[in-house]
Amino acid sequence: MSLSGWFQIVFYFALLLLITRPLGAYMARVYEGERTFLSRFLRPAENLIFRFCRVDEEWEMNWKEYSLALIAFSLVSGVALFFLQRLQGYLPLNPQDLPGVDSPDYTGSSFNTAVSFMTNTNWQGYGGETTMTYLTQMMGLTYQNFFSAAVGMSVAIALIRGIARRETDHIGNFWVDTVRGALYVLLPASLILALLLVSQGVVQNLNPYETATLADESTMAQIGNESGSGDSVELKQAVNTQTIAQGPAASQIAIKQLGTNGGGFFNVNSSHPFENPTPFSNLLQLFAILLIPAAFTYTLGRMVGSQKHGWAVFGAMASLFLAGVIVSYWAESRSNPLFPGNVDQIASETSPGGNMEGKETRFGIANSVLWATATTAASNGSVNSMHDSYTPLGGLVPLANILLGEVIFGGVGAGMYGMLVFIILTVFIAGLMVGRTPEYLGKKIEAFEMKMVVIAILVMPLFILSFTAISVLMPEAGLSSRNNLGPHGLTEILYAFSSGAGNNGSAFAGLNANTLWYNTTIGLSMLFGRFFIILPVLAIAGNMAAKKRVPSGAGTFPVTTPLFAVLLVGVVLIVGALTFFPVLSLGPILEQFLMSSGESF
Amino acid sequence: MATKISIWNRKIITQAAMDSVLKLDPRKMMRNPVMFVVEVGALLSSLQLIRGLIVEVPGSGGSSFETQITFWLWFTVLFANFAEAMAEGRGKAQADTLRRAKSETTANLITQDGRVEQIAATELKKDDVVVVSAGEFIPGDGEVIEGVASVDESAITGESAPVIREAGGDRSAVTGGTRVLSDQIKVRITSNPGETFLDRMISLVEGASRQKTPNEIALNILLAGLTIIFLLAVVTLQPFSIYSNAPQTAIVLISLLVCLIPTTIGGLLSAIGIAGMDRLVQHNVLAMSGRAVEAAGDVNTLLLDKTGTITLGNRQASEFIALPSVDEAHLAEAAQLSSLSDETPEGRSIVVLAKEKYGLRGREIHKLGEGHKFIPFSANTRMSGVDFDEREIRKGAVDAIEHYIAPNGETAPPELQEIVERVARSGGTPLVVAENRTPLGVIYLKDIIKGGMRDRFDHLRSMGIRTVMITGDNPLTAASIAEEAGVDDFLAEATPEDKMALIRKEQAEGRLVAMAGDGTNDAPALAQADVGVAMNTGTQAAKEAGNMVDLDSNPTKLIEIVEIGKQLLMTRGALTTFSISNDVAKYFAIIPAMFMISYPQMQALNIMGLTSPTSAILSAVIFNALVIIALIPLALKGVEYRALPASKLLQKNILIYGLGGLIVPFIGIKLIDVIITSIGLV
Amino acid sequence: MRNLLTAVLFTFLTTLLFGLVYPLAFTGLAQIIFPHQANGSLVKDESGKTIGSELIGQPFVSPGYFRPRPSAAGDAGYDAGASGGSNLGPTSAELIARIRTDTELMQAENPAAKVPVDLVTASASGLDPHISPAAAKFQIPRVARERGISESDLGSLVSRFTEERQFGFLGEPRVNVLLLNLELDKRFPK
Repeated sequence: MSLSGWFQIVFYFALLLLITRPLGAYMARVYEGERTFLSRFLRPAENLIFRFCRVDEEWEMNWKEYSLALIAFSLVSGVALFFLQRLQGYLPLNPQDLPGVDSPDYTGSSFNTAVSFMTNTNWQGYGGETTMTYLTQMMGLTYQNFFSAAVGMSVAIALIRGIARRETDHIGNFWVDTVRGALYVLLPASLILALLLVSQGVVQNLNPYETATLADESTMAQIGNESGSGDSVELKQAVNTQTIAQGPAASQIAIKQLGTNGGGFFNVNSSHPFENPTPFSNLLQLFAILLIPAAFTYTLGRMVGSQKHGWAVFGAMASLFLAGVIVSYWAESRSNPLFPGNVDQIASETSPGGNMEGKETRFGIANSVLWATATTAASNGSVNSMHDSYTPLGGLVPLANILLGEVIFGGVGAGMYGMLVFIILTVFIAGLMVGRTPEYLGKKIEAFEMKMVVIAILVMPLFILSFTAISVLMPEAGLSSRNNLGPHGLTEILYAFSSGAGNNGSAFAGLNANTLWYNTTIGLSMLFGRFFIILPVLAIAGNMAAKKRVPSGAGTFPVTTPLFAVLLVGVVLIVGALTFFPVLSLGPILEQFLMSSGESF
Repeated sequence: MATKISIWNRKIITQAAMDSVLKLDPRKMMRNPVMFVVEVGALLSSLQLIRGLIVEVPGSGGSSFETQITFWLWFTVLFANFAEAMAEGRGKAQADTLRRAKSETTANLITQDGRVEQIAATELKKDDVVVVSAGEFIPGDGEVIEGVASVDESAITGESAPVIREAGGDRSAVTGGTRVLSDQIKVRITSNPGETFLDRMISLVEGASRQKTPNEIALNILLAGLTIIFLLAVVTLQPFSIYSNAPQTAIVLISLLVCLIPTTIGGLLSAIGIAGMDRLVQHNVLAMSGRAVEAAGDVNTLLLDKTGTITLGNRQASEFIALPSVDEAHLAEAAQLSSLSDETPEGRSIVVLAKEKYGLRGREIHKLGEGHKFIPFSANTRMSGVDFDEREIRKGAVDAIEHYIAPNGETAPPELQEIVERVARSGGTPLVVAENRTPLGVIYLKDIIKGGMRDRFDHLRSMGIRTVMITGDNPLTAASIAEEAGVDDFLAEATPEDKMALIRKEQAEGRLVAMAGDGTNDAPALAQADVGVAMNTGTQAAKEAGNMVDLDSNPTKLIEIVEIGKQLLMTRGALTTFSISNDVAKYFAIIPAMFMISYPQMQALNIMGLTSPTSAILSAVIFNALVIIALIPLALKGVEYRALPASKLLQKNILIYGLGGLIVPFIGIKLIDVIITSIGLV
Repeated sequence: MRNLLTAVLFTFLTTLLFGLVYPLAFTGLAQIIFPHQANGSLVKDESGKTIGSELIGQPFVSPGYFRPRPSAAGDAGYDAGASGGSNLGPTSAELIARIRTDTELMQAENPAAKVPVDLVTASASGLDPHISPAAAKFQIPRVARERGISESDLGSLVSRFTEERQFGFLGEPRVNVLLLNLELDKRFPK
């Protein structure tokens, strides 16, 4: 750990704090249909879409209608992405002549990817530059990067409306909300970010892959090969050229971060020098990851009329986030006792020190752990370092962030509505202690809400624990995909299903998840992890909207105080910890103990 | 009825212990998913144990350990059942007292042709008419249609002083099981057998007709959800253990599961609910449903009748204010004379004030001479007074006297107007005295506010509860009394319709309203209010309309009812929080114990330093069972309640039950570990 | 049904707008404003032949060059058409063995100093163009020996190619191996 590292972390966080208010207020205006400074340019496009799709802007939906529209859109756009991948071999913008995904043999990859991008998970079972044509990247992946994010934001807004409104069953119009989110929030921000990224060296072209002639035309020694390949000897051959992948990356990466999507243009995501070339591009992308989720806390406060509540939620999220950064930074800066003694693992002005396996020199430890924490706190899932190579405790932080339900800022919209589920839970448990039946911002929390909350918090453990358990019992389909043995191998599998059900998309990437078993089961986890939270959330929104709103007073449960933030943190931690502590104790925790005592696998 | 029953009543404990075994019936246990899971776990480990006794099961070496765990699992279920049985037992004891009152009453039925016929009280039907004489029990709920009697209602209220019951008006309702002390009344029966008030009370306090309240249902959903999550966590732990080459025995997994699921609150939840009703009963209040008790905790607005609740029932004369031209003593004398036959408390207070302040002895009535004539108050004149010796003295409300002195519409002297206004503004009731159609001055009748009310209202305000005073007084008077009593708002010149409108308005704004009432014209408002407390002295209609009945007929009790409601909810929340926080320590006891053998490094997680894996698991299970027993008194008595703002209450309770819930089990488990190790149980 | 129809129309139109118009228009924009960066920051020799990208690491194994970090991209490493990390965990025996072997080789070349950690750990992308200043310094004795130049001359060249933190505080100090080696060939040809 270094002073400069801490400074970068603090600088980043201060930046985030600064933008929360203006952006949050702007988003509230957008979703309340007020005019903004961009209306002049975007209103015509908005009108065009409404007219073309025959959407009546003024018409509002009840929660069932809202859900149906959401499902219809997800289904149609998901199916479209599936076929786009399968047929990409016959379509234009394919300079590398890549075949359709999943051809000739179906391994579930196209299904997995379609679900993955439609659910805002953006789990990559594939390597971008070796699998996807430029057309698929743009029309399929970039598109879903915008719209799966916009859908998440719509759901959060619908829930906020449900809380803020009274005695109505209308919670907004899905099409209108989704278009506004994409058009007024995501698109302008993406344009600015993409341009800044190109200035730093992110590629944006439609060229075929470049071939470079190497300066040192010699035999490449066998270093750092992928595990499990027994044919390493044959690789001692002359290497004198380098194929350099290209593509329209910047336009996709901008929205990948802003929409907390995380699916990279290239296989290694934002650790790829073309995807994230400089520390500044790194800062920009990091900033983009938490930008909208943080601003949502302000939007929440603004729309429910309690700005202090918004800040209390921000406070709870921020403390969990910073705690994660601290633990991870500490863990990754330490020496690995298994390394030979003559490796210098101590940080200095000229050497990053610490655990540099799977990390880039330009980012060092601080920017890597900051990213790992942010990307998993938000359900972003992009990486600038390889989580699989993290130390046990360093890797526990991103895993725990996902397991806690992606509510530490969380995905755009998804983090907000996920956190609102936890808020309702907190209010329910602790609310009784003030001697009233629980109420949240004047809305009574009753059996129906609890039923939905329980469904929403049950989905994650159900899919994560069951699929992980089944996988570890299957030597062929489950265990053979591991890249690491021992407790770390368990963590790899656990992380995959957590990332799927949590709609995160990051990975302990050593696990070869591009198999029929993992593509299918992780695909299902993503699907259920998304919709079995969205539907209960919309149901809560509808039910809450219909309620009366009890005016708050001295006797009502305070949701604006630091104590509330502490309670919220407590509930998030306890529910998450209680659910996953057993499996974590056999994964990262056991690995930490074994590493300290010098065991390897 | 009102006798307090100690928690440690031996009879109840014995009965409860027996009931807790009967409650093991799985069909009954199903109602409580958390404890049902424990029972299934206990059953499974018993079967395993029995199998181990018959055939040698490899790997089940520590059979002493398994036996002990199995026993403690059963104890866990029994303890939870015991808590519920205890709560019910206390209710049953109350019910027995009531039942005695009910038994073996005979009724003197007046038949169609006017004869009196003796039948058993249980055969009475609605609309039968019975006659009850002194010394007899009233055979059923009804309404007095003829006569006046003093009635001993102590069987119901615990109040030994007899009450008057008479035909017509708001004191006509009588309750079955009460005894007539004097005179004879005719009563029309208003309920069918088995539906009497007494019957309902019995079933209420016994908890027989108890249904889960809305909040209880919601909490149960959460507890069931948590149980499923932990079931998942534990079931999937076995594959992970196999992966890690450290497979677990079934009994250890069951132990972990039972320790993790929220058994503490699951076991005590229904006891808390029953005990809440019971606490109301001890305050002589009967809630018709648990829902009403919960609603009481949620009340935002209290509608309180001024008279009898905020002020003492009666106004008292506190000053004679004479017109400038009149001698004060003269006014006092006239006032006294006019009130000599006025037996109302106000009238008497005028006589007393005149005596105390001006030394005017109450004149004997006969000394007034032969020709004296008292003019009683009438609704028509709205005045009372006396005529004698050519003197014609009248007292009454200002408009009535104005009409009396100047029937043609001339106004009273401005000085009088001024005094009247001044009195009204300071919260008093001005009573104008006139002699021979000439005004003399004003008697200042003052409302006396009950002691300590201001403090109570302050407390209520700090809890976020608004108090609204309801009064028939004019707005000026009402405002002044409201100010003095410290209520937040008032409704003056209130008619039953006004009251109803106010309740509706409050409810439309999302507030919950509580009120007390007794008259028939209160019934609609009582029904509309979220918490409607009917006075036991009130009419049957009022009792039917409300959802609680105060047997003491003390409207001030509304405040206590709210507090009891809050205490019930707080107890529920506190124990839930406690139960969930407990799990952290249990993890630190059991998880290292499970894997320490395969991975000695896991010892680092054994932060309590428990002796051995078996002692660690056993200690956690024992703690889990004992904590239920330990918390029974808390569940029955309720957590300590103080009138504080919500944020303060939360802070306090989080500290005690949240943080306490984290820390206590660490200490408890360690302690149990030390004990069972030293006595050689493991 | 109505929803499905709306969904189809909606998906169609918005795909055109956000999936084609936006990226294509932006590609045009980027090509105009930042053509060098947008096309991969390529490095060409005098003949115009592409010899790499300043952002993408290349394999250098000859002892006369500064070596980059180990790479797991592609089968042979530094395959910029198939990026990838080793994804080996901290308790991986394979990782420990690899590091042990590499460290021994490195140590033999410069027994005077400890091996900086980044020189024996694979980067996340497998295409990391940089090494830490410490890792460059560690290699100076070997390269100087091979090239027959003084360590101090080489040292000042390395210092010149050491990039400080961006804007003075972002990221870590680093040395671009490709650019350094190209300069090396220009200044001190073998």
